[in-house]
Amino acid sequence: MRTGQTERLDTGLAGRTSGPVLEIRDLSVSYQTKRGTVRAVEDVSFDLASGEFLGIVGESGCGKSTLLFGIAQLLSAPAVLDGGSVMFEGVNLVNLSEHQLASIRWKKMSLVMQSAMNALNPVKTIGAQFTDAMRAHGVSSKAEITERSVEVLRMVGIDPVHLRSYPHQLSGGMRQRSMIAMAMLFTPDLVMMDEPTSALDVVAQRSLMVQIKELQQQLGFAIIFVTHDMSLVSHFSDRLMVMYAGQVAELGATRSVFDTPRHPYSAGLLDAFPSIRGPKVPLTGIPGSPPDLARPPQGCRFAPRCPKVQDRCKTGPVQLYHVEDVLVRCLRAGNGVSSGD
Amino acid sequence: MTRHFRIGGGLHRKTLHAVDDVSLEIGEREIVALAGESGSGKSTIARLLARIYQPTAGEIYFQGKPLSGVRSRADMLRYRSDVPMVFQDPFGSINPVFRVSHGVHRSLKLHRPELSAAERTEEAKRVFDIVGLSPAADVLNRYPHELSGGQRQRVGFAQALAMRPKLILADEPVSMLDVSIRIGLLNLMKQLRDDQGVSILYITHDIASARYVADRLIVMYAGQIAEAGPVEDVLAAPKHPYTQLLLSAVPDPKAELSVDASSDRGEPPRVIDPTPGCRFRWRCPLAITDCANITPALQELSTNHGVACLVAQAGAEVKAF
Repeated sequence: MRTGQTERLDTGLAGRTSGPVLEIRDLSVSYQTKRGTVRAVEDVSFDLASGEFLGIVGESGCGKSTLLFGIAQLLSAPAVLDGGSVMFEGVNLVNLSEHQLASIRWKKMSLVMQSAMNALNPVKTIGAQFTDAMRAHGVSSKAEITERSVEVLRMVGIDPVHLRSYPHQLSGGMRQRSMIAMAMLFTPDLVMMDEPTSALDVVAQRSLMVQIKELQQQLGFAIIFVTHDMSLVSHFSDRLMVMYAGQVAELGATRSVFDTPRHPYSAGLLDAFPSIRGPKVPLTGIPGSPPDLARPPQGCRFAPRCPKVQDRCKTGPVQLYHVEDVLVRCLRAGNGVSSGD
Repeated sequence: MTRHFRIGGGLHRKTLHAVDDVSLEIGEREIVALAGESGSGKSTIARLLARIYQPTAGEIYFQGKPLSGVRSRADMLRYRSDVPMVFQDPFGSINPVFRVSHGVHRSLKLHRPELSAAERTEEAKRVFDIVGLSPAADVLNRYPHELSGGQRQRVGFAQALAMRPKLILADEPVSMLDVSIRIGLLNLMKQLRDDQGVSILYITHDIASARYVADRLIVMYAGQIAEAGPVEDVLAAPKHPYTQLLLSAVPDPKAELSVDASSDRGEPPRVIDPTPGCRFRWRCPLAITDCANITPALQELSTNHGVACLVAQAGAEVKAF
C-alpha cells in the first residue's frame, strides 16, 4: 500500500482525485506532560470535498489548532499523533517521511498562520521570502519566480512594489494578505488557515474574508478555516465543525448549525454574541470553563457546563449521532430532540 | 455633581498626531464606549486620562478641576485611585510570582493607608466577591496561573474596585478572552455601573459588545472623533460614512448570507504632519471637494448625537456603505 502511494507521488501522478481532497479518520493527538497524557484531539473524522470551505470553531484549548497541525503533520514534541489517518488526495500523510511530505507541503497544501508578524521573516523582504519558498520546491528560474510573485501579490490586492518591502513596512492586513499570497504560490488544492484574521480590525477582517472567498471561487482550492469567532465564518463556510474539549461537538452545513444548533454548546456559543441589530437582550454566555483534558469528565465533556444536563449524561462517553445531515455529540440528539427545545 | 472631561489639542510624539482636538465627557454612572480600528488613538486617550502621557495641548477636567493642577504626589495618588485602569492582557498584567491577593493588598496599602491589615483582607474579600470570584478567601490565595483568563480579568476589575474608583479605564478588557466568557465580563461591567456607581470608559474595536454594555458610543478615526452619541441612536442611524463602514463589517450570523458586501480595502492613514481636511476622505465614496480643505468638526445633528462629516452636516442623506 505504502510503496504504491509513494510511487504515485514520485511520478507526480497524484493529481486531483474525483473524491474528497481530505479524509480524516479517527485522528487523535496527545500531549505528553508531567501531569500525564492530555488528549487534545480525540477521534476526529471528517471528509473535505474539493473546493469546500470548512470552518472549525471552538474556545482556546479545544484542540482546533492542534487538529490543524495534526493534519499538516507539523506536530512536534510533546505533541504525538497517536492514532488515525489523514488521507490527502489518496495518500496517507501519517505514514510519509519528512522528505516525502516536503513535496506535498506548500505545493498541494499550504498553511496560513495566525500571526503574520511572527510567521514572516522580519529581516527579509517579502519578495525574498517568496523566492525562498519557490526555490525550496524546485523552481529556479528567476524570471518565473518574479512573474509568479507579482501574480500572487496582485491576486490579493497588493501592489507588487511591496515585493521589495520588509514585513514591518506593511500594515497588519497587508501582512496577512501577503501570507495568503505566499500560500497561493503553487496553487494548492488545500489551504489551511489558523485564525488568519484575529489580529485585524473588523473592517480589515471583513475585506480579508471577502478576498479569501473570491480567491477560492477563482482557483477552486478547499479551505479549512480555524477560528474562535463563530460569526466570522457564518457567511463564508459551507460546513461548520464545532469542537469542544478535543472532540467534535457538532458538524454540519453552516446555515443549519446557525439556524438550529443541536448541541447545547453550539447554542451557547451562538448566544454569547451580542448583536448590533434587533432588540437588546441580556446574555449569559456559558458559565464555567472547559474541562482539564488530563482528567476529562466521565461522561459528556460538556455536562459540567450544560444547561440541559441529565443524569445519564454523566455515565459514559457520548457518541456522535446523525440528526438529518448534522452530526451531534449529545444524548438529547440521540433521542431526536433538538437542543433548542 | 457632574464630572467633566475635556481633552483638546494634539499629542505630538515626534510628528505623529495620535489624538487631535478630541473633546469628550464621561458622566457619572455611565459607560462610554470608545470604538475604532487599531491606530485610531483610542488607547492614547485612555493613557492621557490615566496620566501616563501628558497632552500636547488641551486640558482634562476631573470632577470640574483641571488635571494640570494636580502636582503633588498625594494628589496624583488620589487621582490614580479615582481613575484606575484595567488592561487588555490578563496574562501579562498580573505578577505571576505572587498570589493574586498581593496586587490588591499593595494597591490598598498605597491608596488607602488608613486601613489596618485585617481591614485590607476584609476589603480584598469584599471586592473579590463583588466581581464574582468566590469563594473570595480561596481565590485570593491562588497564583495567577491557577486562574482562567476570565477570572484574571475579574481580578483586574477587583483591584480597580478596591480603590473605590469613580471611573475605570478599561482598555480592550475582553478582547483576549474566549467568546463564551466575554459576556460574563461585560455583565460585570454593567453591574459595577448599576450597583457600585462607577463610570467606565470601555475601549474596544467590537461594536456589538459596545452596544451591549455602553450608554454612549464614541467612534474614532485617525485620532479624531468621527461620531458620538447615545449608543442606540448611533447604531440605528449612523451618520458618518466611517461608522457605516464599521457597522457593515460586523459579522452578523443572524443576517442573511451575503458576500458582495463592501470590498473596501483602504487603510487608515498614519497621521503624520496632517494637513487640513477630513481624514477619511480617501476611503469615502461620498467625499466632496471641501473634504480635502476643511477639517470637519463634531457637530450635533440631533440631540447629543454629533457627527464630524461635512456631507452629513450639509443636510444630505449619508448612505456610504
